[in-house]
Amino acid sequence: MWNSNTVNMILEGIVETLQMTVISTLLGYLFGLPLGVLLCVSDKDGLKPNAILYKILDVITNIFRSIPFLILLILIIPLTRLLVGKSYGTAATIVPLTIAAIPFIGRMVESSLKEVDRGVIEAARSMGASTWRIIFRVMLVEARISLISGATIATGTILGYSAMAGTVGGGGLGDIAIQYGYYRYQSDIMIVTVVLLVLLVQLFQTAGAFIAGRLDRRK
Amino acid sequence: MSEILIENLSKTFETADGTVEALKNVSLSIEEGDIYGIIGMSGAGKSTLVRCINFLEVPTEGTVTVRGRKLSDCTEKELLLMRRDIGMIFQSFNLLMQKNVLENVCFPLYIQGKKKKEAREKALGLLDIVGLKDRAKAYPAQLSGGQKQRVAIARALASDPKILLCDEATSALDPQTTSSILELLRRINNEFKITIVVITHQMSVVQELCTKVAILKGGEVAESGLVSDIFAHPKTTVARELIIRDANPGSRSFDTREKIRHGEKIRIVFSETSSFEPVIANMVLTFGEPVNILRADTKNIGGIAHGEMILEFDKDSTQTAQMKEYLRSRGLAVGEGIEDVEF
Ligand SMILES: Nc1ncnc2c1ncn2[C@@H]1O[C@H](COP(=O)(O)OP(=O)(O)O)[C@@H](O)[C@H]1O
Ligand SMILES: [Mg+2]
Repeated sequence: MWNSNTVNMILEGIVETLQMTVISTLLGYLFGLPLGVLLCVSDKDGLKPNAILYKILDVITNIFRSIPFLILLILIIPLTRLLVGKSYGTAATIVPLTIAAIPFIGRMVESSLKEVDRGVIEAARSMGASTWRIIFRVMLVEARISLISGATIATGTILGYSAMAGTVGGGGLGDIAIQYGYYRYQSDIMIVTVVLLVLLVQLFQTAGAFIAGRLDRRK
Repeated sequence: MSEILIENLSKTFETADGTVEALKNVSLSIEEGDIYGIIGMSGAGKSTLVRCINFLEVPTEGTVTVRGRKLSDCTEKELLLMRRDIGMIFQSFNLLMQKNVLENVCFPLYIQGKKKKEAREKALGLLDIVGLKDRAKAYPAQLSGGQKQRVAIARALASDPKILLCDEATSALDPQTTSSILELLRRINNEFKITIVVITHQMSVVQELCTKVAILKGGEVAESGLVSDIFAHPKTTVARELIIRDANPGSRSFDTREKIRHGEKIRIVFSETSSFEPVIANMVLTFGEPVNILRADTKNIGGIAHGEMILEFDKDSTQTAQMKEYLRSRGLAVGEGIEDVEF
């Protein structure tokens, strides 16, 4: 049973999982980072309080965060078809993964930025720094360790979601686990894929912690 | 013409518990070259007042005129430019912790659009003035409180300000470091002709540094004038209290010995994340309030305190929440609700 086909299939599964995870995380940050910044800046004790903007972003973010991933995946199939042309496979899975990632990442970025010492922001304001400069040169810089930890958590979560998408033909290791372990009762293949998924999460976490540790200047 | 003219300034905050009148009808005139002290107890409105001078806080009523320019007439952009003329330093230093000393001092220069090379040259010169040229590559976390404040001063001077605002700049420092920072401020006033506004709750700072002083109480100016006059003939009770409290620290701790008996007790735990500074001593200096050390079980491991202490706050203290926060901000774990225990 463990012929080269199986091995190739699993290797391909790893590659697909990594592709989905990395691309969705990057796309998630492309939109989630600005979302997090806007949430932080427009909140009532933020740099530029704007109650209406905050409320709108807050509500949309909460709505998307409260939809379970599998349901979201099915709900947005029309959008996925429109963007990718089909609703299954690795490329198609990236769409719901990204949509699920954006609000999650937005909240994470928001809370990282809110941890930045208010005094440091005040000092920058006293020097005549513009709001943009404070966001880019103070808040994002001072919050970088927390942002990296957040990115590690986000990557792990998205990897988990990508495995979940496997249950509906999303490709990657999750798909293999379901196909062989569940439908064909080949639990050895399922166990291998699960172990690989755990190892991948662990890998991302270790890498994140390492980078964060190397970059932190507070000690 | 006054360098800083404050006229009928009022500031109210709307909070969940109602309206707070932080400043009531404050008028002050600060002349070019002054070292002007603003003193008052905690909560008197000092920080709010000083933050109105660079419009970090917009007054509810009244006007602030800096170097002939009314701040409420400035556009957002003009205000940003005005602030380059008004440096500010803080009790908690507020340095960028992820940037080294040199980059911290360069920050205001980058705001002005200076190129990296030019900014660094100027920053090194400023670090030389504050005596920290050899620490340019160090990160703030590696510096002592006094050194951090020197970096903050260099940073504040980088934009060639005409005015320097100091909000409790020495309150987190021990007396010796305080003296050296005050000495540096005096030199800056002298050599660069920078007008300095000093906010403090310590009369000794005013006495050592300032030429004029305003005493703030409950958001109002109780008394103002030449430091020498007010020391010689304090007219108000608050002035007398501030002078006596400061001049007589020995008798003060004697008095409080009885009083301190039944204050709130807390347990604090030191660990490797705790900072190097003498935290308890600095807290006492910062808040100007005694604490009783009921038990201490600490060890010095590689310059860092490990272990725990039981502290008791003054029973009349109104600052216990702030003091707990202060301790937490120094990396100590604070346990509350310690019952009366025999020691
Ligand atoms: N942003 C704020 N919101 C609500 N109340 C505030 C705010 N800032 C200051 N206050 C209140 O204004 C008063 C004066 O505060 P502050 O100027 O910080 O005093 P000081 O610096 O003399 O200790 C205090 O009662 C404080 O609680
Ligand atoms: Mg204050």
